[in-house]
Amino acid sequence: MAHPEPRPTAHPARPAGSPTNGRAAGHAPSSDGDAARTRKRAALSGFLFGCGIAASMIDLFIFHLGLQWHHFYDLSTHEVALVTDGFFHAFGWFITVWGLFLLADVRRRGGVHWPHWAGAVVLGAGFFQLFDGVVDHKLLGIHQIRYGVDILPYDLVWNGTAVILMLIGFLVLRRGARAYRDA
Amino acid sequence: MPVGTPLLPALLALPAHEGHSGHGGHGRHGGAEHANHAMAAGWPVFEGLVVLLLVLAAAAYGWSLWAGRGRRRVGPWRPVSFSAGLLCTGAGLVGPVAQAGHGSFTAHMVGHLLVGMIGPLLLVLGAPVRVLLRGLPTTAARRVTRVLRFPFIRFVTNPAVAAVLNAGGLWLLYTTGLFHWMHASALGHAVVHTHIFLAGYVFTASIAGPDPDPHRSSFRVRAAVLVVFIAAHSVLAKWLYVHPPAGVAAADAQAGAQLMYFGGDVVDVALIVLLFLGRYRATAPRAHGAVASRAPA
Repeated sequence: MAHPEPRPTAHPARPAGSPTNGRAAGHAPSSDGDAARTRKRAALSGFLFGCGIAASMIDLFIFHLGLQWHHFYDLSTHEVALVTDGFFHAFGWFITVWGLFLLADVRRRGGVHWPHWAGAVVLGAGFFQLFDGVVDHKLLGIHQIRYGVDILPYDLVWNGTAVILMLIGFLVLRRGARAYRDA
Repeated sequence: MPVGTPLLPALLALPAHEGHSGHGGHGRHGGAEHANHAMAAGWPVFEGLVVLLLVLAAAAYGWSLWAGRGRRRVGPWRPVSFSAGLLCTGAGLVGPVAQAGHGSFTAHMVGHLLVGMIGPLLLVLGAPVRVLLRGLPTTAARRVTRVLRFPFIRFVTNPAVAAVLNAGGLWLLYTTGLFHWMHASALGHAVVHTHIFLAGYVFTASIAGPDPDPHRSSFRVRAAVLVVFIAAHSVLAKWLYVHPPAGVAAADAQAGAQLMYFGGDVVDVALIVLLFLGRYRATAPRAHGAVASRAPA
């Protein structure tokens, strides 16, 4: 099942497959490799955290509690959508915390370049909003952005904003990656 | 449905429900009288047993802490956490919240959060097994570790099994006649709440407990089980929002379901943090190894 895991092809700093790759402790010529690994890990951290806050906080605080466009339970929701929604919910919190612990790990391994990380966060948030707008709203029909209105403008603004966020995030991330190469 | 189904007013109005089980179209007028009599007989016994067990647990923990005082330091917040866990568990089983739980689904859910999630989490953070082993003489400690290796213990402390016992128990409770039995008989009440507490404790300990676990599952297994558990918990909460258990009024069910969803979230996020914290400490770079071992046991 599709879930908001990073798509390796979606951005240049391919996230390391897993944070477990053993540290090459004591390898003399590995400082370049270490820097690249730290940069990838920082990018993955920001991407996961961005996806996570988009999934678990933007929706809850802005659309649910703030604007009250979303509801706790959409009565038209069928069972498959309900279960899918439960998994998105669980993943949202999981990747938020995961992203933050990766960030802490990057910091203790030699430092974070904040603009680079911020770019990854924006890219992740945009990616999740686009995923939410296309897969959740359209393909699965879990819920809509707002009820009782012509939905087309809302969809266009939602997905358009998501694409713009991804573009901004991508450019900032790429600029920020230089800091790791120059360091 | 209105988003802000008022949680607080529902909580404040609890005493009004007490003793009026037939109130609000519950449709179990006849049974309620009988149930109240049955409860009246068994209730003090259950409450007395709960208080006794909590006091015993506190005494055993305090004694172990004292007996092992010369050994490796225990973080001062461990006993604080353990005591808070005992208080939360007690508050969910005995006293006003537990009483109100007979008439109000929302109060019943407050009790469940205390007994099944918050209480167990705080107790687990108190590291009771580690403290016990530290206080016992070697031969007795060996006996305890032998018990911990029993195949049965190994089976139930597998995170997947513990998650099924925990979430599966909740699904059974709210989708079958078990919910009615729990309200109708003191024995049913005792059985259901004992299960909820034990399943909550074992699940929490198997995912992120600081106590020794001879057969701890890998990080990936624990992470996957935790994600599935959180999903199941939130799906059940949303399901209860539209499918109240028999005899529960719609507004009460909606307030209770939202409490289960968001209250569960708080504890679940704490569990995710603990899971990653354990891994973060275990994967500390060697050069900074001293930093990782600085944390008190």
